[in-house]
Amino acid sequence: MGNALINLAYLASATLFILGIKGLTHPRTAVRGNQLGAIGMLIAVVTALVDQQVVNYVWIIAGLVIGSGIGALMATRVQMTDMPQMVALLNGFGGAASTFVAGAALLDALQIDLALITPQFIVATAASGLVGTVTFWGSLVAFGKLQGIVKDVRLPGAQIFNAILLVVALALSVWLIVDPTAVWIYWAIVVVSSILGLSLVFPIGGADMPVVISLLNSYSGIAAAAAGFVLTNNALIITGSLVGASGIILTSIMCRAMNRSLTNVLFGIWVPSDAADSSDDVYGGRVKAANAEELAMLMETARRVVIVPGYGMAVSQAQHAVRDLVNLLEERGAEVEFAIHPVAGRMPGHMNVLLAEADIPYDKMKEMDEINPSFEQTDVVIVIGANDVVNPVARTNPSSPIAGMPILNVDKARSIIVIKRSLSPGFAGIPNPLFAADNTLMLFADAKKGALDIMNALKAV
Amino acid sequence: MEILVVSLTVFVLALFIGVEIITKVPPTLHTPLMSGSNAISGITLVGAILSAGSLGPQAATILGFLAVILATINVVGGFMVTNRMLGMFRRKD
Repeated sequence: MGNALINLAYLASATLFILGIKGLTHPRTAVRGNQLGAIGMLIAVVTALVDQQVVNYVWIIAGLVIGSGIGALMATRVQMTDMPQMVALLNGFGGAASTFVAGAALLDALQIDLALITPQFIVATAASGLVGTVTFWGSLVAFGKLQGIVKDVRLPGAQIFNAILLVVALALSVWLIVDPTAVWIYWAIVVVSSILGLSLVFPIGGADMPVVISLLNSYSGIAAAAAGFVLTNNALIITGSLVGASGIILTSIMCRAMNRSLTNVLFGIWVPSDAADSSDDVYGGRVKAANAEELAMLMETARRVVIVPGYGMAVSQAQHAVRDLVNLLEERGAEVEFAIHPVAGRMPGHMNVLLAEADIPYDKMKEMDEINPSFEQTDVVIVIGANDVVNPVARTNPSSPIAGMPILNVDKARSIIVIKRSLSPGFAGIPNPLFAADNTLMLFADAKKGALDIMNALKAV
Repeated sequence: MEILVVSLTVFVLALFIGVEIITKVPPTLHTPLMSGSNAISGITLVGAILSAGSLGPQAATILGFLAVILATINVVGGFMVTNRMLGMFRRKD
């Protein structure tokens, strides 16, 4: 009876999680959705606490207090620009928690009841240890890269090395099934997976971080589901597979938006591009620099303005300056919208959060497919800190490294203003003919300063 | 074996539900989706609590204790930061 009640409570929390994610399908219902999820978690935690298996509360309470403190501190202190780092860390912690839970379950089962140890228990334990550990170390490296502490490390033969590590980890898992009393094998799996996690993410470049974070998000879910199989706990299984599915979907959206296959990202493969034009050929004498006053005159008569934000806007914290510029343009009767490429920023939806932080309403943020047809009717496009996602070469040159990548067709607009510090290439490492187009004017400035200068000039007009 | 089949059934059905709902989340909310799903993946906290509080060997208790800390960071940090972000989206309504 007690058991049935406990399982019903877990069912209630799983239901609340599903309803919670459902709430996220619209910004209006999202806050409530998140709260439903939190209530679901509270139910699950209380249910675990009253489980008769729990006899000693000292460690639990200590852990809850320490964890809550750290979590609350992280959540209130983090800058919106640094959200990718925060999510990377949370992914990693989730993975490590699953590794520890599976290890503890193995130790408990060995001491309390050997009958618990079935092949499926061991398979799940090994899977939890492997995926959880890879998630933890992979996420730490991703965090380091986003933070600029860790550089890309590319070694020849890394793929073969990773394949060998995976085979070793799987062989150890089989050994653990044969001899479950040898707990050291579990920790050997953890050590091998640690090396695997590090060596998987070290070679992956900054531009691919949105894919990596999404994928690690998925792994953290899969690790939780595996821990659910270890404990035969449906709440863990359901939640883990929800998160696993979420991460996989985001990963595939990111890959499609960059026209990169998942295998290429995972193994750090860049298709060599011998056909890329040199920057002299593209830019030579054709780039027109303008000052803020000239740009303000151009914008004075604009009826429709589209702003394309990129990672450069995040770096210079320009979102508030951009908001002020938008307000000024709207006061003058212009229609202003934002065009957001799926991989703008360092994680899915990163630009939207930054713009929302600056009080820009979400209905002004348009997806690529929605806004692309409207560029021909747009008077002025302002590109702020974006580069590869507006490079028309993706459409025109089939041998370019970004060939086939869906881009924002800003070159179809009447005038284009690019606020950028220099002509340096983006992550793809290729020149952008948009900067040399007849209808493009460059404002060589930091994103925040550029936006402020244009606004002040526009006020003076 | 029967338990495994039941668990697998639950797992596969939940995957389908996940795909169904999550494809409907608009790109604008993809960052909160990630931090929010992070928070709920902290459900491993349940397993951590059971290990940290049970009568198992000392080593299992310590592992459980570490897992409770990590999973709680996930849960509390994830829900709080998601709430903070979503509040920004709601402000202009």
